[in-house]
Order: sequence, then structure tokens, then C-alpha cells
Amino acid sequence: MANIVQFENVGLRYDTGAEVLSDISFTLGTGAFYFLTGSSGAGKTSLLKLLYLAQRPSRGMIRLFGEDAVTLPRKRLPGFRRRIGVVFQDFRLVPHLSAFDNIALPLRVAGVPEAEIAEPVGEMLAWVGLQERTHARPPTLSGGEQQRVAIARAVIGRPEILVADEPTGNVDPDMAERLLHLFESLNRLGTTVVVATHDFQLISRIPRAHMMRLDKGRLLDPTGSLRHPAGPGL
Amino acid sequence: MSTAAARRPLDDRRGLGTMAWIMAVMLFLTVLTGAIGLATAGGTRALDRQLAGRLTVQIVEPVAATRSLAALRLLQALRQSHDVARAAAVDRARLAALLEPWLGGEAADADLPMPALIDVDLAPDGEAERVAALVRSIAPAARVDAHAQWMAPVRRFLLLVTWLAAGLVGLMALATAAVVLLAARAGLETHRPTIEVLHMLGSTDVQVARLFQRRIALDTLGGGAVGTLAALATVLVLGQRLAGLDSGLLDRVTLAPGDWAVLVLLPLAFAALAFFAARVAVLRALSRTL
Ligand SMILES: Nc1ncnc2c1ncn2[C@@H]1O[C@H](COP(=O)(O)OP(=O)(O)OP(=O)(O)O)[C@@H](O)[C@H]1O
Ligand SMILES: [Mg+2]
Repeated sequence: MANIVQFENVGLRYDTGAEVLSDISFTLGTGAFYFLTGSSGAGKTSLLKLLYLAQRPSRGMIRLFGEDAVTLPRKRLPGFRRRIGVVFQDFRLVPHLSAFDNIALPLRVAGVPEAEIAEPVGEMLAWVGLQERTHARPPTLSGGEQQRVAIARAVIGRPEILVADEPTGNVDPDMAERLLHLFESLNRLGTTVVVATHDFQLISRIPRAHMMRLDKGRLLDPTGSLRHPAGPGL
Repeated sequence: MSTAAARRPLDDRRGLGTMAWIMAVMLFLTVLTGAIGLATAGGTRALDRQLAGRLTVQIVEPVAATRSLAALRLLQALRQSHDVARAAAVDRARLAALLEPWLGGEAADADLPMPALIDVDLAPDGEAERVAALVRSIAPAARVDAHAQWMAPVRRFLLLVTWLAAGLVGLMALATAAVVLLAARAGLETHRPTIEVLHMLGSTDVQVARLFQRRIALDTLGGGAVGTLAALATVLVLGQRLAGLDSGLLDRVTLAPGDWAVLVLLPLAFAALAFFAARVAVLRALSRTL
């Protein structure tokens, strides 16, 4: 199976601080499902930032969609980013845009004609159970509702990679399961999914998923199947 | 579903107004200055048209009979010259009237020795130098004055005002670009979280810049229109006052229809300037981010 992501001895430090990620090496198989776990401060968000091109590594090599992502020229970043859907840990909704317009944003950025926007956005709103809140602006939404808008925005463009940073932290177990089901559906359509989470209940729901575990900025690989998770099971 | 304004990712309805007011003031000053510059430029052109090719021949000769004879011979010679379109003696009564303010009643005295004057209009390809040579060959004591020469200081002054106005309009354009640059930078800072999100969703720098360009160009156009209207009204009033003065010199300092068109185009030009200044500012700032 082709690899969609490859990290090789990647290190990351913020400014002049110590490395928050060290010697990170792994590959992600196209169309597979991954959970990324690790205690708070282990570096999950930092690793995902490298993955969705919000951060350049201090060292090492990252290949994305078969291309060198470290030396990727700035003007090619938007094209790459449009192929990646991101659920930010802090949602990052645009505060003065309605739920509808927040979810529509990736389509509008990609230049989808206005006439072709209402339908998919409406479908996404239904999927995350927010039809009633279509015109609500994020500050008037509950934490869980904001999280669902963030998820809808991340998946609406049918990205090739979906990166979700603790996407179920603010929702009840039923909704968490529903959202996981959404990720799974997307995964079955071919999207490679990476979900950072502390929720082992959730992890156990998808037996075919691969596990990656971070500890103090290093990727733990106790079984050997973690380093190259494409090995067993698939 | 939603209006275009409601779905714009930058909340640019905030802060609207400040920029528009600055632009109103900028364009008020610019259009006013532009009007002055255009009017003085028009005055210079009118002066040139009027004075170009006009000479006065002056025969200073105390003996009236000799003077008259010289004037007559000169008139004949001038009228035959290919360089001259028209030559006419300025009659004594008109000259007396011209001199009256200086000489009082004495000007009317028939015995007062006054120079004989001949007004000469050059032919279209006439040469003032050849005319002067001709005059000297007939009456060595005669003086030839080009009207343009008398008016040279006025012309220089009008030209100076024109250039000064042009320089001020240029400075105003620079200041406008600088204001736009500052506004764009402040806007980027205000909207940084949203711009980061837009970038993460795959927005290009050009797409982000478009959001700023639009707002700033619209503010410039809106504010600029108000400023321009106010300036044009001021110019109209000033023009009327000027016409009321009935001063021969300033009569020529007026705006032609083309000048009004230029003034009306100024806010459009400034909006375009603001548009590009915003674009450059935003693209440059964004190129330093990831
Ligand atoms: N922008 C930053 N500048 C400096 N240090 C940072 C920055 N972001 C994260 N860090 C540090 O990097 C380390 C890893 O942080 P990170 O956010 O990746 O952890 P995490 O595993 O996502 O934690 P959590 O489960 O709490 O979200 C932490 O020590 C954190 O303080
Ligand atoms: Mg985190």
C-alpha cells in the first residue's frame, strides 16, 4: 500500500526552546485509520501541526502526497492544505460567521460555485445534528456544538487526509460515537484519518485502526506494529 | 442563504468609517489642489495663446512730424512683410486714455510728446526677430516689445503654482498610500486568527489580500466621493467669486470641461492606488508567515 505520509527523524523545537518532538519516524498508509495518543503535553498537537503544514520541522524529513513537505515553496502550501481537513483542538471557528458559513468556508476557499454550496453544507449540518443552529454564530454555540461545526468544516471538502485533534473532547458519548462514525464513513471513502485522543473507549470502537503513542516528544513503538502500522491487520 | 456581506470571512463592518473619513479629507484636499493646478495651467495656456505672436513697435521721437513720418513708413513696411499678419497704429486718443492714470489731464494735451505705437500680429510662421530687424532698418530709434515678454513674470508665477499643485497632489497620493499601508497592517493584526484559519483551509495570499483590497478600495471610493463633491462645490464658489472680481488677469484662470473630468477621475485614481497599496502591503506581510 502506498504511503501518503512519511516522517523520518523529525525534530521540532519552538523558537530556541528544547525539542518538543524528537526522532519521529513513521509512515501513514493511504486510506488507513490512525489514533494518536499520549499524555497531555506529550506533543500530539505539535506532531499534527507538522502534518497539516502549520509548522515546519526543525530537522528531519517529511514527505506528504509523495513530495518533500519540508522544502515545499510557500506558494504551493494552499494546494496541499486543501487536500487536508483539520479539526483544531481549539476549533478555530470564524466568530462572526454563522455555523453554515463556517462549514462552507473550505468550499468557498476552493472556489466552489455558490449554487453548489447549500446542499452539501445542509447535509453536513444534518450529520452533526445542527440543522436548528444553521444561522447561529460560534459565540452563541455550546462547546460541543462548536466542536461539531469544526468537524463538519474539516470533512466537507472530502479531504485526502483528515487530521482531528481531540475531536470528541466536548461532546457526550453518544455524539462522540456519531462523530466517530462520520470519520469512519469518510475513511471508507478513501480518506486517511488521524485522530488524536485520550478516549480509549473511542479507540476500541474501531478495531482496524492503528495506534501511535507519543511520550515526552518521542513516538513509542512497543509492538513494532506502531512504527509502520500498515504492517499487520491491513 | 446569506448575504454576501454576512459570509465574508473578515468582519470588516467594524472600523468602517475611519478610513472613509480619512479618504474624504485626502480627496477634498487633492481635488482642491488639483483644481488650482489645472486652472493655473489653463491660465498659462490662455496667456500663451493670447500673447504669442503679438508685438508692439514704439517710436520715441520728440518731434511730432518726424515721429508721424516714421510711424507711417514703418506701418507700410510692416504691412508688406510676410512675417506680419496685421499691423495697426494705436491711435493717440486711446494712448492718452491709457496714460491718464499716470499723467492726469495732461495726457489729453495734443502737444505732449507721446511715443507712436504700432500693434503687430505676427503671421503664423512669422519671426519676431526678422520683424525687429526690419523695424530697425527703417527707424533705428524704434523699440520692439514682444507682449509675451511683459507678461513673463505673471506666466512664471502661474507656472510655479501649477507645479506646486502637481507636487502637492503627488504628496497627497503618497500619504494616501502610506495610510492604506498602515491600515492594511493594522487590519492584518486585528484579523490574524481568522487569516491563520483561512490559510489552514488553503486560502492563497491573493485570496486573503482580496478581502482587504475590496474594503479599502470601497472606503476610498465612498469617502473620496464625499471629499470630491465638497471640493468641487468649493471650486465652483471660488470660480464664481473670481469671475465677480472682473480682473483682467485672473479671468483666464478657469477650468475647462476636460479639467472637470480630470477632477472627477481623481477619486477613482486614488481608489485604484489604495487597492494596489493594500494588495502590496498584505502580500508582503503574508509572505513572512508560513
Ligand atoms: N507555540 C508553542 N511555543 C512554545 N512551546 C509550545 C508551543 N506549543 C506547544 N508547546 C510545547 O510543546 C509541548 C507539546 O505540546 P502539545 O500541544 O503538542 O502537546 P499535546 O500532546 O497536544 O497536549 P494536550 O493533550 O494537552 O493537547 C508542550 O510542552 C508545550 O508546552
Ligand atoms: Mg494538544
